Amino acid sequence: MSWGGLDTAGITAPPAQARRLDTRRILLLLGCVVVLLSVVRIVTDTAGLTSSGTYGAALRLAVPILLAALGGIYAERTGVANIGLEGMMILGTWFGAWGGWQFGAWWGVVLGITGGATGALIHAIATVSFGVNQIVSGVAINILAAGVARFLSVVAFTGQGGGATQSPQVTSELPRFTMPFLAGGDLFGWRSPDVLGWLERRRWFLVSDVSAMFRGFTLELSILTVMTLTLVPLTYLFLWRTRLGLRMRSAGENPWAAESLGVRVYTMKYVGVLISGGLAGMAGAFLVLEAAGIYREGQTGGRGFIGLAAMIFGNWRPTGAAAAAGLFGYADALNLRSPEAVHALVLFVAISLLALGGYYAYRRRVVGASIALALGALAAVWFGVTETVPREFIFITPYVATLLVLAVASQRLRMPTYDGVTFRKGEQIS
Amino acid sequence: MGRSGLAERVPAVELKGITKTFPGVVANDDINLAVYPGQIHAIVGENGAGKSTLMKILYGMLRPDHGTIRVDGQPVHFRSPKDAIAAGIGMVHQHFMLATNFTVLENVILGAEPAHAGALDMGAARARVRELSESHGVPLDPDRLTEDLSVGERQRVEIVKVLYRGARILILDEPTAVLVPQEVVELFGQLRELRAQGVTIIFISHKLDEVLEIADSITVIRGGHTVATVDPEDVTARQLAELMVGSELPTPETRESTVTDEVLLSVQGLGVRVGERWAVRDATFQIHRGEIVGIAGVEGNGQRELIEAIMGLRLPDAGTVTLAGTDITTWSTRQRRENGLGYIPEDRQGRGLLLPSPLWENTMLGHQTLYPFARGPWIYKKGARAQTDHLIGEYGVMTPGPDTSALALSGGNQQKLIVGREMTAWPKVLIAAQPTRGIDVGAQAAVWELIREARAAGLALMLISADLEELIGLSDTLYVILRGRLVAELDPATVTPEELGSYMTGAREAGAA
Amino acid sequence: MSRRWGIRLLWLLVPVSAAVLAVGISSIVLLSIDASPVDAFRSMVRYGTQGNSFASMINRAVPLFVAGLAVAIGFKMNLFNIGVEGQYRIATLLAAAAGAAITLPAPLHIAFIMLVGMAVGAAWASIAAVLKVKRGVHEVVSTIMLNSIATGLGAYLLANYLRKPAVGSELLIATPPIAPSGRLGPITQIGGEDLRSFLLIAIALGVGVFVLIWRTRFGYDLRASGINPDAARVSGVDPNAMVIRTMLISGAIAGLIGMSDLFGFFHAYTLDFPTGLGFDGIAVALVGLNHPVGIALAALVFGWVDRAAQILDLEGIPKEVIVITKGVIILSVVIAYEIVRRLVQSAEVKAAAEATRRLEEEKEAVPA
Repeated sequence: MSWGGLDTAGITAPPAQARRLDTRRILLLLGCVVVLLSVVRIVTDTAGLTSSGTYGAALRLAVPILLAALGGIYAERTGVANIGLEGMMILGTWFGAWGGWQFGAWWGVVLGITGGATGALIHAIATVSFGVNQIVSGVAINILAAGVARFLSVVAFTGQGGGATQSPQVTSELPRFTMPFLAGGDLFGWRSPDVLGWLERRRWFLVSDVSAMFRGFTLELSILTVMTLTLVPLTYLFLWRTRLGLRMRSAGENPWAAESLGVRVYTMKYVGVLISGGLAGMAGAFLVLEAAGIYREGQTGGRGFIGLAAMIFGNWRPTGAAAAAGLFGYADALNLRSPEAVHALVLFVAISLLALGGYYAYRRRVVGASIALALGALAAVWFGVTETVPREFIFITPYVATLLVLAVASQRLRMPTYDGVTFRKGEQIS
Repeated sequence: MGRSGLAERVPAVELKGITKTFPGVVANDDINLAVYPGQIHAIVGENGAGKSTLMKILYGMLRPDHGTIRVDGQPVHFRSPKDAIAAGIGMVHQHFMLATNFTVLENVILGAEPAHAGALDMGAARARVRELSESHGVPLDPDRLTEDLSVGERQRVEIVKVLYRGARILILDEPTAVLVPQEVVELFGQLRELRAQGVTIIFISHKLDEVLEIADSITVIRGGHTVATVDPEDVTARQLAELMVGSELPTPETRESTVTDEVLLSVQGLGVRVGERWAVRDATFQIHRGEIVGIAGVEGNGQRELIEAIMGLRLPDAGTVTLAGTDITTWSTRQRRENGLGYIPEDRQGRGLLLPSPLWENTMLGHQTLYPFARGPWIYKKGARAQTDHLIGEYGVMTPGPDTSALALSGGNQQKLIVGREMTAWPKVLIAAQPTRGIDVGAQAAVWELIREARAAGLALMLISADLEELIGLSDTLYVILRGRLVAELDPATVTPEELGSYMTGAREAGAA
Repeated sequence: MSRRWGIRLLWLLVPVSAAVLAVGISSIVLLSIDASPVDAFRSMVRYGTQGNSFASMINRAVPLFVAGLAVAIGFKMNLFNIGVEGQYRIATLLAAAAGAAITLPAPLHIAFIMLVGMAVGAAWASIAAVLKVKRGVHEVVSTIMLNSIATGLGAYLLANYLRKPAVGSELLIATPPIAPSGRLGPITQIGGEDLRSFLLIAIALGVGVFVLIWRTRFGYDLRASGINPDAARVSGVDPNAMVIRTMLISGAIAGLIGMSDLFGFFHAYTLDFPTGLGFDGIAVALVGLNHPVGIALAALVFGWVDRAAQILDLEGIPKEVIVITKGVIILSVVIAYEIVRRLVQSAEVKAAAEATRRLEEEKEAVPA
């Protein structure tokens, strides 16, 4: 892939014919993962690996990543690489906190989205109208956003219960929802039985784990989460089934052809980038209003970039991004909630790697097999030898996960054809 | 009876007195053209004769300096392609404007999508596209991914694209340049079907045999002028060729052959795979000291992959490359260049120059590890500048000096610089791809002379070109490449352009009559 | 010839417009919080040109300069090494630990610490390079991930292996102090403030980078790869090798970012060690247009602004407005650069066309 710059993939030997991952194989893979998790849970006796609390946290932590990934999709599908998602998310956290503190949670969401979109506007002006290198502009936006957030904090929060690096408590909250019957939610004032919770507590193989998963997804569900999840099919419908969506995608697939057919490519790019910033801003608002209840400097923690990774891993498609975001959210959740579960995860990784190695060996891919088997063995040894995973390593889990995912998946993916390419109206390429 | 009817018919498109100049060159000079409805009208001329400019004017991409355009008898002024499209003119570009990740349907409807309140009405679109493609004899499956289509199929998408927008006048710019013979046959079938539907077709080409086969009427353009409009039944290919070129066909100069026995480049059984198919298959040939080997072929038949394998930009999947007796098949590009393999790339701006950089840095490109451009690990600016001055003088590059940026030079001067820098490095073997593409006639003649002189001094040169005059005029041995194979070895002294063209399009197989 | 210099002067538009925009927007921001821009700038200038500010400015500028160099080498090739932050932090940690572990005669000790820093920085950067070359992972995302991984890994190593034994109830987590032979005293004092000696090494580094990029074959290949990767490939450059070599060099230089502070002040890696220099380095490289001289100037400007802004708090003006100023500078520089670049190019093309026409006329005037 090249967001500008040397394309090294041209010289390395092309990968073996990539199999298109179809729905059947994905479901099969998912099934294996669930079963394996259940096995590992029982073997290591770490309930945290598959508890409803973990799954609930996973969902909650996946939302900002998913929003960032969706934002990335909107921008990159129109041909503009948006590295500035992190900065736009930072603006979202700040304005989300300030809006929530001053006016109420919903205003926080609105202002968070606006803040992110404003950052995106600058990015769009620089890259689309002035032709600045998209990565340079994105990096500049990140720097500027951090500075703006710091400055505004000093101005707005000091002496009011906050300071340069954090805001006062935002007490206003967004509505949450708990499903009746399945997760014990209220039904017209009557507290319904918590069926899934009961199943989960039985700790039966597979049944309890699956129940826990569904319970986690239906307990204390934030309305923003629901909105975010609906954005996934909505994005698909918008980009692939509407006129505007087709034109936006054409800006990223072949802007010169689009221009020759009367599509206003510059406008399409602006729309894509602005939506991208808005979504990143919403992610920031979510972080503040749903997760933390406060703005803190550095709150975004690289989620803008992890969102980009989720977008890449999801092959620039909303469903793929959702799956990837779920994966990262899960890693994040284990991080936060259950250090023993992280240790158990090592065993899971070890078994998966060994299985992958076996699969590669069966396919006679020697290099891949040896790497996978070696790493799997290492992971198994590490699991056996240690009791816990050090705190600092837990901290880096999502980043390592991102790297691994990119390393494994990067070559099989297909980004929009002219993603990252600076388009100047009227300058014809070959 | 028919005659008087003809005299009253209003031309679908009429160009009168069209003139267009660019800085330094008159592209179109008083062009007159009349195309009648339901006719396939061909416009022929050599590279640089002015055909593309004329078509861009007709399509609204350029405005003429003088002259008028009439469509169906009404005068029109096109400010952009949108106006032309509105007037019913559709252009099928030589270089397709398609998004490969889109389906056929998406490519066709882009910009003119049927929709209900913003939501695409794919059903209606699909039906319309199917209807158009069937009724006009252009078979297409709307839901296929464009990337999976063959070149001929992609061209059909471009045709349906313009039909979808209501075009009654189609302009096809060098449509057969990238097609293989069966696809050409299919295309012609589609064109005849379109003609039967009343569509007017303007067909731009420099392939004479094709033009004679398909056109109802032919206009010859040379040097920006309309030379003649003829009826294909009244003229032979040779006469057409002479009209295009303006004189007798160039016969290769009778001079002493400078070909020696020493083999400098030997390619044996070379094969290159791209994905599933073989782009180059079983290529075997040799180039001797003092010899120019020409390779003729329609663009896209493996020339690029062949060059890349010889230059080391791509590892071949079969076969060997030997330079002056040494097997260089697995050598890196740099090693090959340092050991006497030179290259004049086809796309001079994209692959041969550093446009924003000064000329002396461009002279170094490709030779940056050798004296006088480098001494040890250091670059030797003084040597580079001196060499550039020398080049400017020797090769007639018009420029204020060696510090000018490369992008300030005209195309012809850029090419002269590239040719000069490769030749002054005294390579053993020089690969020249389209060495005179897009440069004016004077520079072209100069480059040819340089090539001849170098050959006389012992250079071995591989010439890949779409310019038949160039190939016939310069080569000592002529091969034809078709679908990755070298299908014919011909003597340029005796081959005719029609014969060459037939081999290039596969109409004739080597060995047949 | 004067025409060319006239065109060259167009480049001045870049810093000028950036400065104007930066001052302008900062003023607007200040006005919006009822602060007086005029007062703010006046105080900054007064404080910033005080005697003891010069040394402070230069001391701040040196690590920025080195960071800018590290980033710029990559940028020149369209290789975005955002991982400079992580590279320098883990390099400084390990260099400090290694430097504390042994004692060598003074010049050797210094050189040893520097070498460790460079080696670790290069090694960390090589991870991203290999991922790019072998797996096609884009370096922006991978280096950013590696930054966080470096932070975590560094914290782990420091807490568990590299920290000096706690003395009494001391809570400081740091590597053991480096022996005096591994320290650098100040060159001199300006206005009572120490001027750290690493400045000299930094200057040498800057000269070295300039020579590398503009005077060596490697530098030519690097610049060509940035200007036109296809043409560079055709000319013999091996893109994979270029990526790896460039990232290694960039990482090695990044490993030196912390050296000025390490040798001249901290003498150990502590948790207070300055962070964020990697990102500031990106800013400095962008503003300096990837040229050592520009980077030096940008580093000095940023260093001065950082120093001068400290007075603002005393005046009741949040010094964080400076961060916005810096951000605006960066954005306006990159935008102005694009605009001016196009202006310069078209001016050059016109000038060359005219000169060429004159040449042709002269040729025709002379009988053949």
